[in-house]
Amino acid sequence: MEQLLQHLVNGLVLGGTYALLGIGLTLIFGLMNLVNFAHGEFYTLGAYAAFAALALAGVNFFVAVLAAIAAGAALGALCERVLLRPLRAESIDTTMLVMIGVWIAMQNGELLVWGGVAKSIPHPFPTEPLVLGPVSIAPLRVFVFVLAAGLIAASYLLIHRTKLGRAMRATFQDRDTAALMGVRIGRIHTATFAFGSGLAAAAGALLGPVFLAYPSMGDLAALKAFCVVILGGLGNLPGATLGGLLLGVAEELGAGYVSSGYRDAVGFVIIILVLLLRPSGLFARQERIG
Amino acid sequence: MTLAVRDLAVQFGGVAALGGVSFEVRPGTITSVIGPNGAGKTTAFNAITGYLRPARGEVTWDGAPLTGLRPSAIARRGVVRTFQKTSVFPSLSVADNVAIGLHLRGTAGFLDVLLGRRRIRDEERHLAADAEAIIAFVGLVHRRREIASALPYGEQRLVELAVALAATPRLLLLDEPGAGMTSGEKDVVIELIRNIRGRGITVLLVEHDMRMVMGISDTVIVLNHGRVIAEGAPAAIQADPDVIRAYLGTSSDRS
Amino acid sequence: MIRLANGLGALLALTLPFWLANPYFLHVVIMAGIFGVLALSLNLLLGYTGQLSLGHAGFFGIGAYTSALLTLRLEWSFWLALPCAVALTALAGWLIGRLALKLRGAYFVLVTISFAGVISLVSVNWMELTNGPLGLPGVPAPELGPWSLRAKSAYYYLVLAGVTLSYVVCARLVGSRIGRAFLALRENEPLAESVGVDVTHYLVLAAVVSAGMAGLAGSLYAHYTRFVSPEVFLFTYTVTMVVMVVAGGKGTLAGPLVGALLFTALPEALRLATSWQWQMLAYGVLLVLLVFFLPRGIVPALAAWRERRAP
Repeated sequence: MEQLLQHLVNGLVLGGTYALLGIGLTLIFGLMNLVNFAHGEFYTLGAYAAFAALALAGVNFFVAVLAAIAAGAALGALCERVLLRPLRAESIDTTMLVMIGVWIAMQNGELLVWGGVAKSIPHPFPTEPLVLGPVSIAPLRVFVFVLAAGLIAASYLLIHRTKLGRAMRATFQDRDTAALMGVRIGRIHTATFAFGSGLAAAAGALLGPVFLAYPSMGDLAALKAFCVVILGGLGNLPGATLGGLLLGVAEELGAGYVSSGYRDAVGFVIIILVLLLRPSGLFARQERIG
Repeated sequence: MTLAVRDLAVQFGGVAALGGVSFEVRPGTITSVIGPNGAGKTTAFNAITGYLRPARGEVTWDGAPLTGLRPSAIARRGVVRTFQKTSVFPSLSVADNVAIGLHLRGTAGFLDVLLGRRRIRDEERHLAADAEAIIAFVGLVHRRREIASALPYGEQRLVELAVALAATPRLLLLDEPGAGMTSGEKDVVIELIRNIRGRGITVLLVEHDMRMVMGISDTVIVLNHGRVIAEGAPAAIQADPDVIRAYLGTSSDRS
Repeated sequence: MIRLANGLGALLALTLPFWLANPYFLHVVIMAGIFGVLALSLNLLLGYTGQLSLGHAGFFGIGAYTSALLTLRLEWSFWLALPCAVALTALAGWLIGRLALKLRGAYFVLVTISFAGVISLVSVNWMELTNGPLGLPGVPAPELGPWSLRAKSAYYYLVLAGVTLSYVVCARLVGSRIGRAFLALRENEPLAESVGVDVTHYLVLAAVVSAGMAGLAGSLYAHYTRFVSPEVFLFTYTVTMVVMVVAGGKGTLAGPLVGALLFTALPEALRLATSWQWQMLAYGVLLVLLVFFLPRGIVPALAAWRERRAP
């Protein structure tokens, strides 16, 4: 029983960051109809940005995370403006291919800049785990969870309480009407991509110190982000949050009770099963289609 | 060879797009379905041809049920439709478009193709000749090599018609064949539809252009709010008070 | 004129080992051939039915492992192992094809990536079958009677046969009623259905043939390098395949072959100049540039240029 609780706690910590990844991607995928294969690379960027901030500039952890978010958002905005906006009329296949190109370029760029050896990201938290009843948890992980929760809450506020958020929701529901109502679709796209990439970078900055930072860390992260999007349904924020937590817990349970080698397979299997059985997502309302 | 529709109903979420529609299309006739926007005309087409699953009801063609079949199976039974929005194979030439329409006339299977059987080469030649005939019928011989999406709108709709005819329909469902066309283009279409009936093909069409509808139809069916409100010869329909009310509304009509 | 060029090309291809005896160049040509088969297979799905599969490395790997295991563990002859590898991979393709019926676009891409991911993890973790990350060394070279096809000049002919077979299959399919059905699916699926094209049947057929061909490439690869490891599932291979097809010209027959030749020769040329990371970086940038400037690929661009030159 205690082991189960431990796994659950670990899973929730992991899941919180997966939720961040998923929220970013579901907005991008849902609003821009873009298969963002480079999403994982912003995750990696966040981790390396945190590394640069912490190991090289020596700032405090909170600032490092903010720096990562800023870097992700800035690069995301640039990417959208330069590469995606000219292709907005193209089919989903074309934009998919471009994002694959960005994926390859970014990952190998990271490889060239930072080298292939995994880097350990220093953090200011004590390594002695906190013991709360039957479970023990490292202070770093507590911080990660709290920050992730905070960012998720901030995302909700942005989407539901700000003018920008309202414009984004309108564009998602009915692009043409939103445009007629004066919403600047181009700006919304840039904002959405920047926002999503910033969240991915945050996830990277948070999980980087927990594990290690290496150039291909984004590949699995991207896949897990897609998994979360599929679980929660396109454009569905609460679905992405729940989906992220679910995936984190499922992975921990899988690694603990089945085999740690197949841990990453959990995400793959979920993708396959959900797409086969309930393509609109576990939490989406079922639409009647012919 | 009658198309019989009985109590056909389609639901979208909680809304009844079609609320239990029944009618028959007699063989060799041109029947038009009219009604205000949102009356359920295209929904009916989609349900008849297998693109939508009806909530209840039955469609039979030549005595055999069509409900529950996939569109390609329905096409194989000789029931072919066109689409409301221009539907061609965009990056292919007109000739290639029609060639695809001839799919059901071919018999080449995987093994036949791999082994390069002579029978297949003969078949291809016959199919090419058939394609030429159909392209000539709709009057697009001078466009046969052009890419479909590059053609002007009116000609694209002719390509659509050619593709549908290539599938050897016995019942042809045309969804707004005159939409967006100039009066001259519509006259061409009217003539083509008459020629099609002349070849023994039954035609069911959805249209908004009253001149077209009243000019060529043998029977007119009127839908409103997902139900049939009138059915009969064009003259009778034009005088029917329910029909007039549906289109113009009364002072107390809140729909 | 075209006939003459084709005849000359065939003659050159048939006599290649005699005038290009350098083993390094032969190696490049053989690898180009293997990737050519792979590119043709991906093109069938991507270029003709319009479905992007990013899991073809999975089919490649299944073909390679099946062929290797049958010849290593069960000591079968290569000539029996090869068709079995193709058949097993084709079966996997059938599975993917049936999945595709429900999914389109991005979701299909994700399922294919997941499929390749699961297969990859299985090959790493199922030590008893695949020897895990250590891989399977010592895969035997094919034997034709008393001769071994171990030497590059001999293996070249095997690969040439493979490329020719794949090309002929693709050409015959594409020029037939089946090929037209594929195109119909790519261009306008509802319209295709309305004229009687059975979507299920043709998508599955395309997937099966595509996968089987990738399995063929895998088997050829396994018996050439004589070593198979989970590295065959590396996403890099899939990416390279996609670039080859897109750059060469998807939806054409020559495009994938041109792409394969170009992107096998190019890395080798680059390798002499710089490191592998720069090469992959260049691939990424190239893909982006291609989408912007040569969206239809090299072969169609050349064809269009020739048409403009001769009105």
